[in-house]
Amino acid sequence: MNKSATSDWLLFLCFTVAVLAMPIWLKPFGADYPDLMQRFAIFGIFAIGFNILFGLTGYLSFGHAAFLGAGSYAALWSYKLLTMNVIPAVIFSIIIAGIFAFLIGFVSLRRSGIYFSILTLAFAQMSYNLAYSVLMPITNGETGLQLNLADPRILDRAAGIEATNSLPLPNIFGVATTGMPGFYFCAVILIIGFFIALRITRSPFGMMLKAIKSNQTRMAYTGFNTRPYLLWAFVISGMYAGLAGGLMAVTDPLAGAERMQWTASGEVVLMTILGGVGTLIGPVLGAALIKYFENIFSSFNKSELQEVFAFLPEGLADIMVSVSSMFVGKSWHLTLGLVFMIVVIFLPGGIMEGVRRMGRMFGIGKAPKEPLSVANTQGSQANG
Amino acid sequence: MDNVVLHVADVHKSFAGLHALSDIDLTVREGETHAIIGPNGAGKSTLLNVCIGRLKPDSGHVVFDGENLTGKLPHQINQLGVVRVFQTPEIFPDLTILENVMVPILAKRDGSFKLNWFRRFSGEKSVRDKASEILSNLGLGNMLDYDASSLSRGDKRRLELAMGLSQEPRLLLLDEPTAGMARHDTNSTIELLKTIKATGMTNVIIEHDMHVVFSLADRISVLAGGKIICQGTPDEVKADPRVKEAYLGEEQV
Repeated sequence: MNKSATSDWLLFLCFTVAVLAMPIWLKPFGADYPDLMQRFAIFGIFAIGFNILFGLTGYLSFGHAAFLGAGSYAALWSYKLLTMNVIPAVIFSIIIAGIFAFLIGFVSLRRSGIYFSILTLAFAQMSYNLAYSVLMPITNGETGLQLNLADPRILDRAAGIEATNSLPLPNIFGVATTGMPGFYFCAVILIIGFFIALRITRSPFGMMLKAIKSNQTRMAYTGFNTRPYLLWAFVISGMYAGLAGGLMAVTDPLAGAERMQWTASGEVVLMTILGGVGTLIGPVLGAALIKYFENIFSSFNKSELQEVFAFLPEGLADIMVSVSSMFVGKSWHLTLGLVFMIVVIFLPGGIMEGVRRMGRMFGIGKAPKEPLSVANTQGSQANG
Repeated sequence: MDNVVLHVADVHKSFAGLHALSDIDLTVREGETHAIIGPNGAGKSTLLNVCIGRLKPDSGHVVFDGENLTGKLPHQINQLGVVRVFQTPEIFPDLTILENVMVPILAKRDGSFKLNWFRRFSGEKSVRDKASEILSNLGLGNMLDYDASSLSRGDKRRLELAMGLSQEPRLLLLDEPTAGMARHDTNSTIELLKTIKATGMTNVIIEHDMHVVFSLADRISVLAGGKIICQGTPDEVKADPRVKEAYLGEEQV
């Protein structure tokens, strides 16, 4: 009992160190620049939150990008109306996304399985289209919501901070959240988000969510009202998505409706499955891996490929370049698709299952739990 | 009729014109073990489903301890203390055996919903101790940390019984607790149910096996064709010619 609490603290400590030390250990991978590391953190938060719903309850939402978008818009409005300080912006993005998730979840959770997924997808696409049409005054449509010199910024002006000749930068009490400070801000929030997810997973509430995933009907006959459990899980994961959306506006203060598109909802599903559904670390790994590959593979172009294959005879090099160019640049999604297929087929539990299998191979970790022999049950299936 | 705990009054239920239950009137008294018997398709399981809120009766109502159960949701009925043990074991296959029993204890302690996300589940020591004690009593004490899905069918049923008992129900509904069991297992289940009975718990038991029924029941209701054709003590039921005709005749008791 205390052993599990200790191992959780150890896990949390390792996670914290690994996140804060990202600029060091990501150097050999060429991924140690703040912009990319920040994206790791933001999408890590998004995937951790998504996993609270999908990993624990088994309800697969295809509309979580709606909350991401809502969070971005909320942060932008906080900049425009109140202050360029990022803390209120982040808080607002969580609250707004939470309210939004409550409304969508309340309706969508009347169904389960594929119908639930379709309902969430429909709501997200609805939000996406509304952002381009009816909600133009809030979202500024296709141009996206941007800062303006003439914005009220009530709190900033009251504090005597005026933006005169150039657009103000998002900041945290005066320190602009661009570059490394921006990354560390997101990293700290990722660590807090991970801690909360860890507590939820290990709590009685988290156990009820797992039990709902295991046998929802049984939960009702065990005396649980499953609806509020599911709704809370949905709202919490929506708040994580909103937080991620708000953080996107921390370095780059603009918000567009494309963040709500279904491809963005699909991406977080991929991240979670790739990393390992229902695990704590998996979603973060999946998110980082996808963002890393996106960054590395999409930046390759033909001339770089030619350099790579320059050692081959000319004809062969041309063939290699044209074949491999299908996997990089704009069509890097082909690589992602292949990686995803390989993982799902050979490691259905995602990267974390691979880690577990390796651990078992080296004799660490637990053996699968199967009773060796069970007394007095012989013949119990005799006439079943 | 003193101390009536459960009163099924005038319940009708039909499926697409087929009368599954008609005119059902049944009373269960406090502390008794009441068996419901009848041939296949007599409506026994339908009756149980009406009691726990899985099915709504077309007319009539079910009253438990002064509360009308009709129209209540399954979790509300459970929270009142009516607990059902299913015929095909309904457990949480992905949780461990210990967790399977801890979850129902928490339902009883914390009610139908509680957002306690900051406590540790594994730190709930009293719940844990109670669950492992119940499991030990049922002979599952040496495999608390195994996944429930790895159990044999017979042990799954035992586990489900443990889940039911852990909630200290005021009324325990058992749906064919020995179906599909070998004689040896049936006997140990009878002994187990006798000890439960000795605690004064009210039980309703649906059963096929006459040996089980006559060793446990205080009173018996015989269901045939969706009607109760006879209700009384085991001796009265044995002697009733209608029962012999409808049911016992085939079974050679």
